[in-house]
Amino acid sequence: MNRIRRFVDKAGWPRIIIGLLLLSLFIAAPSVGVRVDQSITDTIVRFGMNGILVLGMIPMVQTGCGLNFGLPLGIIAGLLGATISIELGLTGVAGFAGAIGLAAPFALLLGWGYGKLLNRVKGDEMMIATYVGFSSVSFMCMMWMLLPYRSPKMIWGYGGSGLRTTISLEGFWIHILDNFLAIRIGRNFMFPTGMILFVAFMAWIMWAFFHTKTGTAMTAVGSNPDYARAAGINVDKMRTISVIMSTLYGALGILVYQQSFGFIQLYNGPFFMALPAVAAILIGGASVNKANITNAVIGTILFQGILTMTPSVINSAIQSDLSEVVRIIVSDGMIVYALTRVTRKSR
Amino acid sequence: MNEQQPLLRMRDITKEYFGNRVLANVSLDVNRGEILGLVGENGAGKSTLMNILFGMSVIAQTGGYAGKVSIDGEVVNFENPFDALKAGIGMVHQEFSLIPGFTATENILLNGEILHDNIVTKIFGPRLKTLDLPEMRAIAAKSIDLLGVEINPDTLVAEMPVGHKQFTELAREIHRPEMKVLVLDEPTAVLTESEAQVLLTSLRTLAATGIAIIFITHRLQEILDVCDRIVILRDGQVVKEVAASDTDIGQVAELMVGRSVSANSAATSDYNENTETILSLDHLWVDMPGETVRDVTLAIHKGEIFGIGGLAGQGKLGIPNGIMGLYAAGGTVTLHGKPIHLNDPAAALAAGMAFVSEDRRGVGLLLEEALDWNIAFTAMQSQNKFLQPLLGGLIQWRDDKAIQKVAQEYIKALDIKCTGTDQRAQELSGGNQQKICLAKAFVVQPDVLFVSEPTRGIDVGAKALVLEALRTYNHKNGTTIIMVSSELEELRSICDRIAIVDEGRIAGILPPSATAKEFGLLMIGKLTKEGTTVNSHE
Repeated sequence: MNRIRRFVDKAGWPRIIIGLLLLSLFIAAPSVGVRVDQSITDTIVRFGMNGILVLGMIPMVQTGCGLNFGLPLGIIAGLLGATISIELGLTGVAGFAGAIGLAAPFALLLGWGYGKLLNRVKGDEMMIATYVGFSSVSFMCMMWMLLPYRSPKMIWGYGGSGLRTTISLEGFWIHILDNFLAIRIGRNFMFPTGMILFVAFMAWIMWAFFHTKTGTAMTAVGSNPDYARAAGINVDKMRTISVIMSTLYGALGILVYQQSFGFIQLYNGPFFMALPAVAAILIGGASVNKANITNAVIGTILFQGILTMTPSVINSAIQSDLSEVVRIIVSDGMIVYALTRVTRKSR
Repeated sequence: MNEQQPLLRMRDITKEYFGNRVLANVSLDVNRGEILGLVGENGAGKSTLMNILFGMSVIAQTGGYAGKVSIDGEVVNFENPFDALKAGIGMVHQEFSLIPGFTATENILLNGEILHDNIVTKIFGPRLKTLDLPEMRAIAAKSIDLLGVEINPDTLVAEMPVGHKQFTELAREIHRPEMKVLVLDEPTAVLTESEAQVLLTSLRTLAATGIAIIFITHRLQEILDVCDRIVILRDGQVVKEVAASDTDIGQVAELMVGRSVSANSAATSDYNENTETILSLDHLWVDMPGETVRDVTLAIHKGEIFGIGGLAGQGKLGIPNGIMGLYAAGGTVTLHGKPIHLNDPAAALAAGMAFVSEDRRGVGLLLEEALDWNIAFTAMQSQNKFLQPLLGGLIQWRDDKAIQKVAQEYIKALDIKCTGTDQRAQELSGGNQQKICLAKAFVVQPDVLFVSEPTRGIDVGAKALVLEALRTYNHKNGTTIIMVSSELEELRSICDRIAIVDEGRIAGILPPSATAKEFGLLMIGKLTKEGTTVNSHE
């Protein structure tokens, strides 16, 4: 009894309830004709696609900058890297590595400026971050039209200039991580080993970073900025580093997402990428100023699992094609639920 | 015959929180017109007892209490604070519950306004009755008068100094005609000494009108000055009930903690005026809000415990905060003959100084983190202790084992009561939190240690332990300690020299053996430079 209580205390009711719901969906799936192996594959793939984006929430939360609603900024850096890599005609591993290499400088630069901005609006970071995300997306909507891209794979066929809304990665680096050492069992089950390994590697980097002197200082800044300052720490610098890290993870995260998804989505694509990531880490048990890797991993599995399972199970159960409607209801419902979980621990 | 019966009688009150007994058979009586002092260490059960009296919901929620409370011989059992209010019990808390945007009058008569009918009420009902402001103002003025202070009833609470807020709160309680028992929980904690004096006088006046007062405070002298009887609680039991005239501070303090407090052990005897100067301040100014330092010149000798005292707001707190770089400062600070870069906490720490802040919870601790982090963090960041260089120093890896080890050492050395190094700082009591702050500074192994208000808000027993820890550390390591405190007695018990700050300047430096009168005169700026042992200004 005591052990159960301790488990409940540690995991928290929200995670237990959502976990049980997810489990019951898997159990119910066969009875309505949804294949369990296919569902598990989908869940794992979606976890891999979103994992790094969710991990990117951690540094900013830890330094007290709040949840990174400005994630689209990092995603834009990733998009720039991806499109330039294609423009240069890089394919395969070189293409993906090139995309990462090209995205990183943009992420560092944008993250640095974004960090400087957030240091000026202490206390209102999340509100400002939201608008930074939105406005940068809108700005890039113009830029995607105007930037001098030439590759025929990417630009509009009729006008001859401006990038398309969706660019296929076929022939470049589609599924480059997914297929690396992928394990296939039967026709329906596939484990994207490469992608999961990459996510695990990024999670390890994050874990390791928070075990260094700088990482420790960042945690202290989030926990009590006055304490950190009295210990001789440059609070603004730590905050800026955390924002740069979050932005960098956003850039890498979207590249991993794209190679699995198979397409680059420009224009309004990044618009609503922040909310699912925010919701996932909150469902994973993070608060506005405390988050760890476990929160990110568990949250992503639960959020993406529910998001994968609910539409397909409900759809099959009621025999009509409502999957998109159900998906939107479930995902927005989860986001609303997660935002009600926002807790700021009082000093 | 009514006088014979106690106004308030609490009999055999027993209360348990989750099997943890916090009150055991506590009985006390309060008579009309009597002031009863209630003292005890933090956690002795004072608050619980008052919560029971006031019908706070926390009591009912945790299973109620055993025993009887009677007022005027009638047994009562309050379901909520409103019942208690109706029965004539009033309470003034340490924290204010006033509406800042309302005037004193409006606050005092809140929910008890004098109302008149008018034409509109005939149609729309009693919610639109007119306020009789002149009448209300008169009532407010009367109850303020009774307290013997001068507050304009039309002042907005937001614009009042802290002391006046306290009086306004008190006036709100006493204006009610049914008021019988008034409970004051640490009312003087936020007051200056002179304001506290006025408050104590007005308590006497109030008691004379037949109100019974229960007075809770940590300042024992006040209890002795104003109370008729004193009830001392320890670990949930009444250890002694004594008439104020039959006892003294020493006895009360001793009864509270259950061991004798060595209030006045001699200062470090090995102090020598001629030892070298370790730290010198030259025309230091610090812009710390509420504690401005204007022009301080001081020389601190190596190995001494130097005290800085003075009234609140005169700038004593600004001195350490300014030197440690937490507030904008100017002038010259020289340590070991080398000037310190001001306005940079990292530079101050690197030079070999450490600081235990007066704002324990705000600056001193990482409340949400474990104790080992709290203890080791400053040393880790400023001196690269507890780090393992990896990849040829490119990565500074945190050495969690070393951090735990040092935390365990200090927890043992300072006798910090906790469940282990992984407990969160916010879960400790005030005294133990203060010890964590000390440990944090000790780990840095500073040459000069600033300690600001080390005993603020902690109980008598913990105070003695904290002061003892400082003295021991000074003896063992020869560390120069600069201690800032509002409590003169505390400074006199531990320091080699004591400087008194007045209006942002050093008013004078006295040995601890100087009389209270000499200190007092310096504090209120009555002594001229020539008339004292001033050796600060040039």
